[in-house]
Parts: sequence; C-alpha cells; structure tokens
Amino acid sequence: MTIIHEMDRSNPNAIEARNMSVYYGSFRAVKNVNLAIEKNRITALIGPSGCGKSTVLRSFNRMNDLVASARVEGEILFHGENIYAPGVDPVNVRRRIGMVFQKPNPFPKSIYENVAYGPRINGWKLSKSQMDELVERSLRGAALWDEVKDKLNQNGLSLSGGQQQRLCIARALAVEPEVILMDEPCSALDPISTLKIEELMFELRQNYTIIIVTHNMQQASRASDYTAFFLMDSDRAGQLIEYGPTSQIFQNPKDERTEQYISGRFG
Amino acid sequence: MAVTDLRKPINPVRAIGERIIQIALLLAAAVSIFTTAGIVFSLIFETIAFFSEVSIIEFLTDTEWTPLFANQRFGIWPLVSATVLTSAIAMVVAVPLGLIAAIFLSEFANDRVRRTVKPLLEILAGIPTVVYGYFALTFLTPLLRNFIPTLSIFNSLSAGLIMGVMLIPIVASLSEDALSAVPNSLREAAYGLGSTRFEVAVHVILPAAISGVIASIVLAFSRAVGETMIVAIAAGQNPRLTFDPTVPVMTMTSYIVQVSLGDTPYGSLSYHTLYAVGFTLFLFTFVLNIFSYWMVRKFREVYD
Amino acid sequence: MSAQEQLGVKAQTVETSVDRGSGNLKWRHFKGKILTVLGWFSIIFGLGMLLVLILDVVNKATGIFSGGTNWLTWEFFNNFDSRFPARAGAKAAIYGTLYTITLTIFFAFPLGVAAAIYLEEYAKDNWFTRLVEINISNLAAVPSIIYGLLGLQVFVRWFAFGRSILAGALTLALLVVPIIIVASRESIRAVPSSLRQASYALGATRWQTVWHVVLPQSIGGILTGSILAVSRAIGETAPLITIGALTFVPFLPRNLFDVFTVLPIQIFNWTSRPNDDFRALAAAGILVLLAILLTINALAIYLRNRYQKRY
Repeated sequence: MTIIHEMDRSNPNAIEARNMSVYYGSFRAVKNVNLAIEKNRITALIGPSGCGKSTVLRSFNRMNDLVASARVEGEILFHGENIYAPGVDPVNVRRRIGMVFQKPNPFPKSIYENVAYGPRINGWKLSKSQMDELVERSLRGAALWDEVKDKLNQNGLSLSGGQQQRLCIARALAVEPEVILMDEPCSALDPISTLKIEELMFELRQNYTIIIVTHNMQQASRASDYTAFFLMDSDRAGQLIEYGPTSQIFQNPKDERTEQYISGRFG
Repeated sequence: MAVTDLRKPINPVRAIGERIIQIALLLAAAVSIFTTAGIVFSLIFETIAFFSEVSIIEFLTDTEWTPLFANQRFGIWPLVSATVLTSAIAMVVAVPLGLIAAIFLSEFANDRVRRTVKPLLEILAGIPTVVYGYFALTFLTPLLRNFIPTLSIFNSLSAGLIMGVMLIPIVASLSEDALSAVPNSLREAAYGLGSTRFEVAVHVILPAAISGVIASIVLAFSRAVGETMIVAIAAGQNPRLTFDPTVPVMTMTSYIVQVSLGDTPYGSLSYHTLYAVGFTLFLFTFVLNIFSYWMVRKFREVYD
Repeated sequence: MSAQEQLGVKAQTVETSVDRGSGNLKWRHFKGKILTVLGWFSIIFGLGMLLVLILDVVNKATGIFSGGTNWLTWEFFNNFDSRFPARAGAKAAIYGTLYTITLTIFFAFPLGVAAAIYLEEYAKDNWFTRLVEINISNLAAVPSIIYGLLGLQVFVRWFAFGRSILAGALTLALLVVPIIIVASRESIRAVPSSLRQASYALGATRWQTVWHVVLPQSIGGILTGSILAVSRAIGETAPLITIGALTFVPFLPRNLFDVFTVLPIQIFNWTSRPNDDFRALAAAGILVLLAILLTINALAIYLRNRYQKRY
C-alpha cells in the first residue's frame, strides 16, 4: 500500500474512465464516457432516470459483472491500471473500491458481525482485540459508534433506516477501501438522516474518494465538489453531457441541456 | 505506470478453491442429466433385449399377457387397459372434487380458511400409498360389497376410488395456484361490470386459468398411471382385457411388483419383461408430463 | 327467463322497453352459495376420508373401538417377523427404515443443495442449464417404480451392490434429489439480492457470498423442503420392492451391503397375507409409519417457523 501511494502521488485521479461504453446484451446503455475522478473529493453523478448514471457507478467496481449480459468497452483506470484488463480479479477490485447501496442492506447478523464480515472474508488475520479496534474505528468513521457501542451484538436490522445506512457505510470502511461508491444512499431516508449522511461524507473525504449517484439536485449542489451530468441520447444510450466543479455546473453551466435540467425544466 | 496488484489474486489457494467448488457444484447439477440418461438407457437396453425374443407385433396386438405361465403370451393391452381403468376411476373422484375445492379456495374462501385448509389437504398427498392400498382392500372393498354383492375382493373400483382421494390435493392445489395467479385486474374488471362472485369465478377466472387447470389434471392422471402400491394391493393380479370395475385386473405397475417379488434371474425373459413394461409406463407418463409442462408454459406466457 | 335472454331478445326488438335491471339477482347469488357448499363438501369429504382411514387403522391395530386384540405392543417393536402373527414384530423393518433413510439423506441432501446452489448462484443461461432444468422438472414427475427399475439395473447389477441397503438408499436418493433441488432453489431465490450485492461489494468471492450470506438466510427453507422430501422417501414402497428388498428379514442389517426390509414393505407383506391377524399387524405397522411421518413433518414446521422470523 505505501509503495503504491508513493508512486501514485503524482496522479491526482482516483479513477479514470476512458471512452467507456456499457452494453446489456446488444443494448448500449452508456456510450463513450470520459471521466476523471479526483482523489479525496466528492463527485456527484446526476441526471434523469435511465440516463445511465447508476450503470456508470457500478462499472467502477465491476458490480455489473454480476449481470450475465453486461459488457464494458473502453478502459477504467485505477492506479493507472485498467480494472477490466484480462486477469484482473473483480473480487480484488471490489475490496478496494467499496460500495453503499440505495436501500440499506445490512446482513441479518449482529452489528459487530456486519462490520467484521469484510475483513473476515478477505482473510485478514486479526486478533480479537485488533478486530474489536477495527470495528470501533469503522463505526466511528461512519459516525455510528456512540449510538451502537452498547449493543454491538444486536441484529443490524434492529436499527433505524438512517442508522442501517451508516452501518452499511461502516461495513464498507472496514475493508479499508480507497474509493467509496454511493448509489443514491439517501433516497430511502428521512431528511435528518440524509443530513447526517451528508455530514459524514464531508468527514470521509479526507481519507477517501467518494462518488455518489443522486436524484436530488440540492444534495448534489450542497454536498459535492464535482458534478457530472448524464443524459439519455436519442438512441437511448446514456452519455456524459457536462463535467466540472459543482459550483460551475450549477451556476454557470456550459451546455444548454444541463441548464434546462438543473433549472427543473425536464427530468 | 503505478505498481498495483489487481491482477494477483488476494490468495491463490482461495482462487483455486473457488474453482474446485464451482466444478463440484456443476457436477451435482449434472447428476439430474445422468439420472435421466440412466433411466432411459437401462429401460431401452433391456427393452431391446426383450424385443429380440418377442416380436413387437405380438406385444402390440395380442390380447393376453401370460409371461409367467407355460403358455407364454406377451400382449400389453390387458395391463394397459387395467392402468387406464383404475386411473379413469380415480379421475372421476379427483377432478370434480379437486376442481371445486380449488375454485372455492381461490375465489370464495377468505385468507384464513385458505391458509388452514390447503396444508390440511396436503396431508392427503403425504400419506404413503401402501397405507391407501391397505385402506382400499380392508375397509372400502368390504364396505362396497354391502352394496355391490358381485364385487370381487380385488377390484379396480376400490383401488380407483381411493387413488382419487389421494389425488384430490394435487388437482386442488395446482389448480388453486393457477386460479390465484390470474391478475386481480381481471377480477376487478368483472366485478366492476356487476358480476357476482360465481360469475367472476366461473366465467372469467376459470377460463383465464384453464391451461393451468388442465395441466394439474393431466399431472394427476400421470400420477395415477404410475401409482403402484394401491393397485398392487387392492386391484388384483389378474391380467385380463376388461373394463369391468368389479373384477380383479393387473396394471403395468402391479406386474412389475409381482415379478419383483418373485426370484427373477438376471437376463431371463421375465427380467426383460420388467423393462418392456417399465418402458411402456415411462412413455405414457412422459407424454403426459410433457403435455402438462407445455400447458403450464402456455399459461405463463399469457400472464407473466 | 335468464338475464341474458331478457337483454338479448328484447334489446333487438323494443329498445326502450329493455329491462335494464340486474336480472334475477337472487338466483345469480344463489349459484355462488351452491358452489360454496360444494366446495366445503369436497374439502370435508377429503379430510373425512383421512379421518376414517386413521380411525380404522387405529381400531384394527389396537382394537380400541371394537374391543379386539391390541397388536401395538412392546413385542411388536422388539420382535422380528414370524410365520406366527402372535410372535411377529417390526424390529427389522423399523431399523431398516431408519438406516435406509439416514443413508438416503447422506447422499441426497448435499447433492440436491449443491445442485440448487449451482443453478441459482453460478449457472449462466446456456444450453447446459436449460438441459438440467428440463431434466429436473421431468424427473420430479417420473413414477417412483421407474426409479426402482433404474436402481435394479444400475446399482444392483452394474455396480454389483446386490439387493443391499446401499442400493436401496442410492435409489431413494435419486428419487428425492429433484424435490430437494426444487425446494432449495425456491428458498435461495427468496434471499434478497441486495444482500448478495453488499457482500460482493466488500470483495467477497462467489462461494464466500453463498456460504456466509445466502445459505444462512435460506437454510430454514432448504431444511424444511428437504425434510418433506425425505418423508416422501420414508413412505416409498414400490422402488424398494423393485430393487429386491426382501419381505422376510429376521435380523438387523450389519453393514451397507446387507439385505434389508423397510416398514412400508413389511406393511405390504402383512397386508397381502389373507389372515386377519396379519392385517392387524399391518395396521400396527401403519400407525408406526404415520407416527414417524407426523414427527418429521412437525419438525419441518418447527424449523420453518423458527427461521422465518428473521426477515
């Protein structure tokens, strides 16, 4: 890890998509996306439903591999290496690029076991005290520790929706990823829980790169550094319309379609 | 270019383990293919041996089946007729009762009744068939002899009736599944036009679910054709070409049981008859199963 | 005159005088009542038969209603079969059933669950998968006696296991594997895919996801379905007669290659002797068999309820 960091310091990007297209069978869902995600920043992917933003997100850690008919063309570089190159183990990719899903999906296990699951299956040989420490650090990282420290053995499903989502974030943090992908993480939550997650994202930014898909434009404008706007083309394939600093995208969009979307004229 | 280890499996032993597990699971799934192949090959193998000694014309045209007697005759029809007779009697019981129960449960009964009655009816299908055979022979036949004095101790009537009781839950349960799979929008449309519950059930839902219902009936018939212990115990061991339900007959399955109980030398002609009869039985049920499978698919195509 | 006739006939002639009411509503609702009554009749008829069957068997076995001899005694469980009803018992059959079923579970459970895992979690949509699926649905409908002919040819002859417990258990295993596969697949499919995705996103491999997430979630349904499949095997008679399980075994099997009998075959054997005492013994055997099945089904229901609470 340290070697990688030394050599990678010159590279400001965590993930870089080059001319990426995604197909489901013969249907092209996303076409020709070029996108460089900067390290230690929050990048929001926005756009109307069906524009392919979730598909793009899922290609970043090869979750699309789980759909039998899905196929990715082009390159996605992670530390300069194409994650779709032959011989790359998607398991390895996912360990280092974590994901948080739309609906909270804790395992029906205890809070502790939920967090310890990743390190365990990845074969980390930790002593009991080391594991305790890792679980605590991850839960603290997800701003959940104070709420659950006295009930670590309770089922993860006993928590409220917002807490469950933060547990899922803690679970992702425990395997020490470099990038965290968030697929509309707040869409199933109430406004207060949403705010908590957004605050948490700002905290996490210091150590992680965050890419978030969101439907909520206020969320994108207040909680992200960069914004990428996607739109479905006439052939129903999603494409990247505009990408830049969030303030620029929302205040001074270059593309007419971006302006129409953010001012609420369609979508 | 940065040095990363994305290509290197985190743990090579684990990667190989994954592969081994996947192959083992695939082999387990392939067992079903081996089983079918085993059934087809062992049946065909011995059936060919049978037809090398007995002409297929005799098998299909002779009206007597006496392979275990000195005067050997090999006409399959007495066994087929008995199988069809007992199965038909069973269907006379199972189809109306099962179907009415299905319509009632799907369209008339409330949720609580449905949830209680369905598993209770399933018990009927879970009773071992040897128990039904016993019941037919020692309870129903003596009872029926009070009304039909000419009824033989072994007869297809009792065996068929009891088999019908056993098949009620198959018809009821599968038909009920088909009926309740009809989308609610159809029900609402019919009620919206002022239909009564009966009219919705009989004029709208039943026709909509008809291929699923027919599939359940065909499946029950196939089960009756392959049913062994009830007929072996209660219907008799007398191969004869008749449709008289009061006399002893012998079904295909009863014949297999009869030969199996004796000491049949491997490779003898009577050993081969087992497989010739078994193959005929297999063909019967296979055609019925394919038909019911096809009906179900047809039904699914409409509503999925 | 029915509503349809009224509407149909009059509508063509005098439009204005059409009766635009609801026809004979009383009769239309009455048909529903008739169907309800017939529906209850069908259900009560079926369950009534079950009740009569059980009472009849209990009476024949114990003489409790008719004041006859009680055959369900300690000797019944502890004696081997005999030519004399008074000395005959079901010991060999009861032990035979227990041994055979244990061995059947040993073969069928891992095989069925493994095949189900493959089909749900690994299989791609290709010709092999479709072939397997067609085979499974067809095998589930093949008459059990055909499996007996398969066992006779393959296990008894080709593998030369003889008429042994091993051959019997393997035959029954092939018979119940399709049922276990179908039940297990249903249970595995019910696991929310969001849990699988969460596991994969943490870098879990396919098998780790299956082992740590999918199986713990679905094991209740898998066990319930497998137990019900096994209870089917316990009651099976025909395939075991076909592979040549003996009807008269006055000893306990000593190893896997020993000849054997099981409870249903013992019942069949006693039933086919034209002697009331033997038929009473058969009734006693049926009671034991039904008691075993009842216990097993209760276990299945218990397991289902226990595992169902989580989600």
